[in-house]
Amino acid sequence: MSGLSLNIDFRGEQGFAMKLACELPGRGITAIYGPSGSGKTTLLDCIAGLRRPEPGSAVCCRGETWQQGTTFTPPWQRDIGYVFQDARLFPHLSVRGNLDYAIQRCRGRKSPDLEQVVRLLELDKLLQRNAEALSAGQKQRVAIGRALLSAPRLLLLDEPLANLDRAAGQQCLAYLQRLEKELEIPMLYVSHDIEEVSQLADYLVLMDQGRLTGQGSPLDLCARLDTRLSHEEQAAAIAQCTISRHDPEFGLTELDLEGQQLFVTHLPQSPGQLRRVRIPARDVSICRQRPTDSSILNILPVTLTEIEQSGDARILLRLALGDQHLLARITRKSAQQLQLRVGDQLFAQVKSAALLMEAADYL
Amino acid sequence: MSNTELDAVYLTFALASTTTVILLLLGTPLAWWLSRRTGNGVAAIEALVAVPLILPPTVLGFYLLILFAPGSALGQFWFWLTGSQLAFSFSALVIGSVVYSLPFVVQPLQAAFQRIPRETLQAAATLGAAPLDQFRSVVMPLSRRSFVIAGCLGFAHTVGEFGVVLMIGGNIPGETQVLSIALYDHVESLQFAQAHRLAAALVVFSLTLLFFIYRADRQSAWRLRS
Repeated sequence: MSGLSLNIDFRGEQGFAMKLACELPGRGITAIYGPSGSGKTTLLDCIAGLRRPEPGSAVCCRGETWQQGTTFTPPWQRDIGYVFQDARLFPHLSVRGNLDYAIQRCRGRKSPDLEQVVRLLELDKLLQRNAEALSAGQKQRVAIGRALLSAPRLLLLDEPLANLDRAAGQQCLAYLQRLEKELEIPMLYVSHDIEEVSQLADYLVLMDQGRLTGQGSPLDLCARLDTRLSHEEQAAAIAQCTISRHDPEFGLTELDLEGQQLFVTHLPQSPGQLRRVRIPARDVSICRQRPTDSSILNILPVTLTEIEQSGDARILLRLALGDQHLLARITRKSAQQLQLRVGDQLFAQVKSAALLMEAADYL
Repeated sequence: MSNTELDAVYLTFALASTTTVILLLLGTPLAWWLSRRTGNGVAAIEALVAVPLILPPTVLGFYLLILFAPGSALGQFWFWLTGSQLAFSFSALVIGSVVYSLPFVVQPLQAAFQRIPRETLQAAATLGAAPLDQFRSVVMPLSRRSFVIAGCLGFAHTVGEFGVVLMIGGNIPGETQVLSIALYDHVESLQFAQAHRLAAALVVFSLTLLFFIYRADRQSAWRLRS
């Protein structure tokens, strides 16, 4: 048993109840996504032991049982690292003191090398500083370092970027991706920002009102019509592309998506790299014939595989392109005019596609 | 200074130091418990701790005197335990002072503990710190200043005690005659020169101590030693 196995029945204040059972992968970054109030933080707290689910709940992590029947391991005996939204550094200690605090309490487990963590998170210039005197982004980096140095079996992150500005947030995200690769610590990452999730997650868990509403690969989940995700305003499909070549004349980069060309604004990465692109449903329109005089560069032949009403005036379409899928959101009126049927061969016009950034782009 | 006065000075400081040590040992867990709980039980304990603040010391002294009397259960138990009488002894003064100065130690500590966010302690717990370790490594350093203040207040208040000591101490030189009582004695017997000396010494001592307490209070909460 190498993964995380959960069976949680939690009853909180004001009638909040959480009930879920699932098996999650024991490696990579698993994102937990859902609207606020859906119980994401409560779930992390239950895994960490900061909140106590009802007896009979079970929490097992990578071969260690933390809760089962009436046994309940207190948080200080669980090998977890927890990065909170608000860093929670110890104000009476320096940055170094905060890191040492974790190292001193490893209880014989081998803590990652301090120098390596300091290097990966670029903390060397901060070590002597007072924890209170740091910027929000710096605090969060120290908090991540501190959690890692406690030698966790599992790193829990509760919206660690929520209090950061965009640049600091992107940088932090990049650090996390690099840490995951180099230290091989599985992470459970709570977020309500779908872009963050699409960028980071190897595995995705959807939550709503204390229940689990979906789990699987983010590529798969984002393009399904039966989850809440595809009906959100910022719904987008995630596709995997290879960078094929650069076109310096027009400042574009050509990607290969299932044998089709996809142009995005020029990127610094070298050809051959496999990357994720995020294609928002609202930026995809469809035609029956390939348009010949459109300003839109990216026109992909697709097959319509699913049609679903989304709200009063809109229709959500799922379009297959080879093994991958796109989403298109159009009005109900145009769907009727085009007389769309499942199985139709169509052309998708992609107005924008954003390459999702990775650690290497920032560091 | 006469020998009895020196005795009184020594006795006062011995009493205040012993009381302060006992108060910090008892007051810390009590304040911690009070700071982490709510409910009627807690309010009742808080009222009990605070009552010496408003009760005339003579009332407290009166009840303690009855409690310490050789015929009382506590008096007999004490005699069985130590072979000496509790009433009019130094030990009686210590017990009386502990009760009387309790709020001066518990209240600043409780306020300091309440200021420590539960979230910070949760962070310590997830890093592997058990509750006692959390207290030692997070709560104590973060409330260092309040420990100093609580200790000073407890000490100063014990030095300034009069009513309770008068009721349960019995004014025995070298045993229970503390400074405030010695001063009272001097005034009673119209020895105003000696009274002035003791009174002035107490004023200077109290002002100095309070000055240091307030200065500590103004210093930034958790400045690093860098």
